[in-house]
Amino acid sequence: MANENLSVWTSIPFWRRSAAWVTGFASILLIWLTFDTLGQISMGTDEDLKAGTIKRVPAPTVINYNIDYQMSKKRGHEVPIIGAKEPFFGKEWSVEEAAELLHLGKLTSQSKNCMNCHTLLGNGAYFAPDLTKAWLDPMWSDKGPMMPMTGKSTREEAMAEFLINPSQYPTHARMMPNLGITADEAKGLVAFLKHMSSIDTNGFPRNFSKTAEQFKLGVSHAH
Amino acid sequence: MLTSIKTNSFTNEGQRLGMMYYRVAVILFGAQLLMGLIAAIQFLVPGFLFEIFDFSVARMVHINALVVWMLYAMIGSVYMMITDETGLETINIGLGKIAFWILTVAVTIVVLVYIFVQVGAGTEESIWLIHEGREYIEAPRWADIGIVVVVLIFYWNVFATYIKGTQTGIMTVMVANLLALAGLYLAGMFFTDNISMDQFWWWWVIHLWVEATWEVFVGTLAAYALIRLIGAKREIVEMWLWIEVLMLFGSGILGMGHHYFWIGTPEYWWEIGALFSALEPVPLIAMFVHVLYDWGKEQGAAHARGETASVITNGPAMAWIVTNAFGNFLGAGIWGFFHTLPQVNIYTHGTQFTAAHGHLAFFGAYATILIGMMYYGVQKANGIERMKMTFKTKMGIFLITFGVMGMTIALTIAGYEQVLVERAELGATWNGFFVAQELAWYVQAQTWRTVMGVVTLIGFVYLVWDLLTIGKKTQEVEA
Repeated sequence: MANENLSVWTSIPFWRRSAAWVTGFASILLIWLTFDTLGQISMGTDEDLKAGTIKRVPAPTVINYNIDYQMSKKRGHEVPIIGAKEPFFGKEWSVEEAAELLHLGKLTSQSKNCMNCHTLLGNGAYFAPDLTKAWLDPMWSDKGPMMPMTGKSTREEAMAEFLINPSQYPTHARMMPNLGITADEAKGLVAFLKHMSSIDTNGFPRNFSKTAEQFKLGVSHAH
Repeated sequence: MLTSIKTNSFTNEGQRLGMMYYRVAVILFGAQLLMGLIAAIQFLVPGFLFEIFDFSVARMVHINALVVWMLYAMIGSVYMMITDETGLETINIGLGKIAFWILTVAVTIVVLVYIFVQVGAGTEESIWLIHEGREYIEAPRWADIGIVVVVLIFYWNVFATYIKGTQTGIMTVMVANLLALAGLYLAGMFFTDNISMDQFWWWWVIHLWVEATWEVFVGTLAAYALIRLIGAKREIVEMWLWIEVLMLFGSGILGMGHHYFWIGTPEYWWEIGALFSALEPVPLIAMFVHVLYDWGKEQGAAHARGETASVITNGPAMAWIVTNAFGNFLGAGIWGFFHTLPQVNIYTHGTQFTAAHGHLAFFGAYATILIGMMYYGVQKANGIERMKMTFKTKMGIFLITFGVMGMTIALTIAGYEQVLVERAELGATWNGFFVAQELAWYVQAQTWRTVMGVVTLIGFVYLVWDLLTIGKKTQEVEA
């Protein structure tokens, strides 16, 4: 067919060249966008936090700040709000300490295979709640059931206690198994979750803040 | 019974090695289904194997066995076709066999560690020795490096044979595409504390495999199979193949954007992801039109020549490839398009919708054509001229297809409940999640998913039984 040259539409060289050009063009565009995106999603610094400069992925020291998730009229969806300083496990973490804690938390999240039950940023398995904004979940607030259940007085301590002995604090028939998480690893995991909740996810999950608000007002969907 | 799979009428060594890959692929396929069944039961009976063999373990082996059996069957299929296409024996088949055994020993160790060690401490050693805890590419770092070495040996074998032999259009696409497929694996081989960065590169492997290079691989296999199974004209299938490459890469590469909606990446991915991923079904339509059109054309031409017999020389393989043509379009195309737009995806992302799409897409796009290639291998192993479907072939294809469709529909319904209640109404909180999981209709859907999983497993038993016996049986009939 090709050598008869009846029409370009039945010419193999034409389609081969087109395939090469289109693939090349799409690849170059992807690589170019990748460079732009990598710049935007690389972690910010402690100075950014101090100066109030908003980064899509803040520095590990964001664990020293209050984090909220609120509707932004300008962007049309919810965004993380980094507020005033607050202690995390009763102290302020230095740049090195916070980075080390986040490193431990991220390593633990992988070695304990969190992603094969939970979703992180919406990716993973669908057997357990999404962890994107787990740090902000009303379950762990002072009006939620987990603080009294674990006998702890702060969000982070309640979460850490739960992670160390998850099947001791069942809320539903489907429970989290005991994964041998140590006290240090649990702290790391909570730091990892708090850091993840500060990431700008373009409004995912949607409506999370509304439900959290209703929960605070006592309108609970809990059984 | 086992004699048929051992019977060897191969005309070249590549096909013999290809068959070795197929055997391991089938075993891993079985493991995938068993693990899926355990995970499905755990949705219904929360205490099932709790703290013995938890969901996370079953699910990890379920999806890893899936990825690995498909890669095995893909490598097997390349060896199956390489001599036919290039006109040469594989350059270094001995090295190819060593690579096969290294890979198989490594996979066995990895799976045993997954099953018996399960989780490690939060240290680098766990990532190196146990698993990486990253969905689909959980293999520990030592195995990653092993995989790279084995794949390099495989790729060198394919590339050197291609360069020395006849360079057909099919093999040109194969060699170029395999390079991209293998190279992309490197993007998943590093650790970072930044979860957004982690997932950004993770998708370079997952997406650019299953929505770009694996799809092109399927196009290449279909092109080869159509020539071999129905005598399609090479000029036509190769022209279609280039058109498919154009459309698959043209939509699939930037279609990556639909994974960058919510992981911390900028908003411009909404538009890019929506536009290009919405185009992803187009080549899948083209692929099924191509398979059915060529089949009809060849059969019509045969009739015009006054021949009454079917042009199909391998009924089971052709049946699975036609199932692929539809399954790819339905599972990857339609079920993917369902939730690819950001306006929908903000609610459906990470729900049972994704699971529904995942099941039908992996089955329709990949499992089907790879099973078809296995039947082609059985035909070659037994030196059969014309292989017809047996009762077991039909039971296998019917039950597996019906089972996977059933699971997909059940999971779609479960996903619909979850999206409306957990996501739209309750905002994806802990409570929202469990309220949705405990809805009567959600539980009912999960029950049907499990039933359909059992149907799939029964179909798999028929499939394996058929693969083991069809060769001998056909030989007896022909004799």
